[in-house]
Amino acid sequence: MRNDSPAKIYALHIGVLALLFALNFVLPDYHQGLFARIMALAVFAMGYNLLFGYVGLLSLGHAMFYSAGLYGAGLAVYHLGWGVPEAFVAGIACGAVLALVIGLLALRTSGVAFMIVTMMFAQVFYLLILYFAAWTGGDQGLVVQQASRMITIGGASLDLTNSTVRYMSALALFSVVLLATLAIVRSRFGRVLVAIRENEERTKMLGYHTVANKLAAVVASGAICAASGAAYALLFGYIGSSFASVQYSILPLLWVLLGGAATTLGPLIGTLFMYYVTDITSGFTSAYLLIVGVALILLVLFAPKGVLGSIRQRWLGWLP
Amino acid sequence: MTPLLTTKGLSRHFGGLRAVDGVDFALIPGEIRAIIGPNGAGKTTFVSLLSGRIRPSSGMIVFDGADITTMPAYKRVRLGVAYTFQITSVFANLTAFDNVALPVQRTLTDSRSKGAVRTGVMAALERTGLADRAGTLAGQLSYGHQRLLEVAMGLALKPRLLILDEPTQGLADSEIDNFVTLVREIARNATVLLIEHNMPVVMQLADRITVFNSGKILAEGTPEQIRANPEVQDAYLGATHG
Repeated sequence: MRNDSPAKIYALHIGVLALLFALNFVLPDYHQGLFARIMALAVFAMGYNLLFGYVGLLSLGHAMFYSAGLYGAGLAVYHLGWGVPEAFVAGIACGAVLALVIGLLALRTSGVAFMIVTMMFAQVFYLLILYFAAWTGGDQGLVVQQASRMITIGGASLDLTNSTVRYMSALALFSVVLLATLAIVRSRFGRVLVAIRENEERTKMLGYHTVANKLAAVVASGAICAASGAAYALLFGYIGSSFASVQYSILPLLWVLLGGAATTLGPLIGTLFMYYVTDITSGFTSAYLLIVGVALILLVLFAPKGVLGSIRQRWLGWLP
Repeated sequence: MTPLLTTKGLSRHFGGLRAVDGVDFALIPGEIRAIIGPNGAGKTTFVSLLSGRIRPSSGMIVFDGADITTMPAYKRVRLGVAYTFQITSVFANLTAFDNVALPVQRTLTDSRSKGAVRTGVMAALERTGLADRAGTLAGQLSYGHQRLLEVAMGLALKPRLLILDEPTQGLADSEIDNFVTLVREIARNATVLLIEHNMPVVMQLADRITVFNSGKILAEGTPEQIRANPEVQDAYLGATHG
């Protein structure tokens, strides 16, 4: 939202993307796979951040948008035999349409009521997945076969189960979404979203239809989260109801809070941090969630604005 | 002359309290009109009805020939009715530039270039003398500057009617002089309706004055007529001008 140093901002973002690209050739197999997963999930966090960080709407139901993408893409491949690109688009479309409907209903509320309403809708979505177990696989989930996770362009074919292809696909999606969110938050639309977060009443009195702007943000956020879910289904080949559970509505909130709400790169940092803390601690003890909890408490105590939020506040005011 | 804005029987009740009670009011294009009256007379409620922040219980509001009684606030702003808040409500965590960019970018429907926003913002900031503080967070500006920023935001909406709710409240005397000059300048392209407690400011600025008391219009006229009105002296001016 600052008007200075756009060159610095672009350099930073391109630098981060270049670093992630280079990591593909350096990381050991296990960490390469983990990073691909983290980038796909960071897209989920970025979608969440658009609504929570910039518009100030705290949703507790984003698992439904994520799993709309997951199931939209996964079921299209599994039942309809669709190709990967069509299924990916179908997943995003499912998330966007769902977000439009939920947004129209939930935006009649705000604050705590908005949290409760979104959470209830997400629970309904979760229960529907279990109810229609004949198609969705219920709590067992479904495995998307390797053979159907190929992209054929002309004569060449890309196997999404290949670790490098998978890493690069996740990076491509991550890059597109990162640059898209950067463009949104630096745009006039982004300025209006932040204004709504800061003072909705005042924004109305400047002639803005705030509900329409919030709805657009919900749809954009839902579509991005669905893109993450669709990518997960196609890259990792598993769709399951646990991704629609309440846990997956809370996780993006934690990732964003950790990394820094209303920062473009915060979602990546938060996701990366949480994933590795969980991964490392679960190697030592089965009570790893306790350690994750302690880490979260420490962060909230000493850096309540998250990693990047605190850095921006103290040193780098130009961070978008 | 056709009035820019008229109200007919405009009322707003809060429970049993008749905050605004059957007000017939007309505003002539290009004038500076002051609304005065004791605390609780219904002045702020009245202008809130005009701006659309609250809905009337009964009555009618016509702006430029169109009935806007039930029109939502944001649409009235687009028609040209701008409102600046009594309690300063600039966006404290945004820079002065971004605060003004919000109204500027909305009025620029045809132009998409970033340069157009910058030009518009700097013009509004220069008119209010805040150009050198464009990059400062609004919350870190002095109180007087925040009030000026509020006016700059109102100006940037290119209003046909600018409603100022107690704009000089909390300003130092030196700041008030600049403010009076600024309002005169604004009035060259817009109609100004201001609620004001500072009598010298009202007497200097207003072409006409409307006096509110208990939700009704008690008197209306030029500053001289109002000053000479015995009823007004009783209700309001008594203490300072009696």
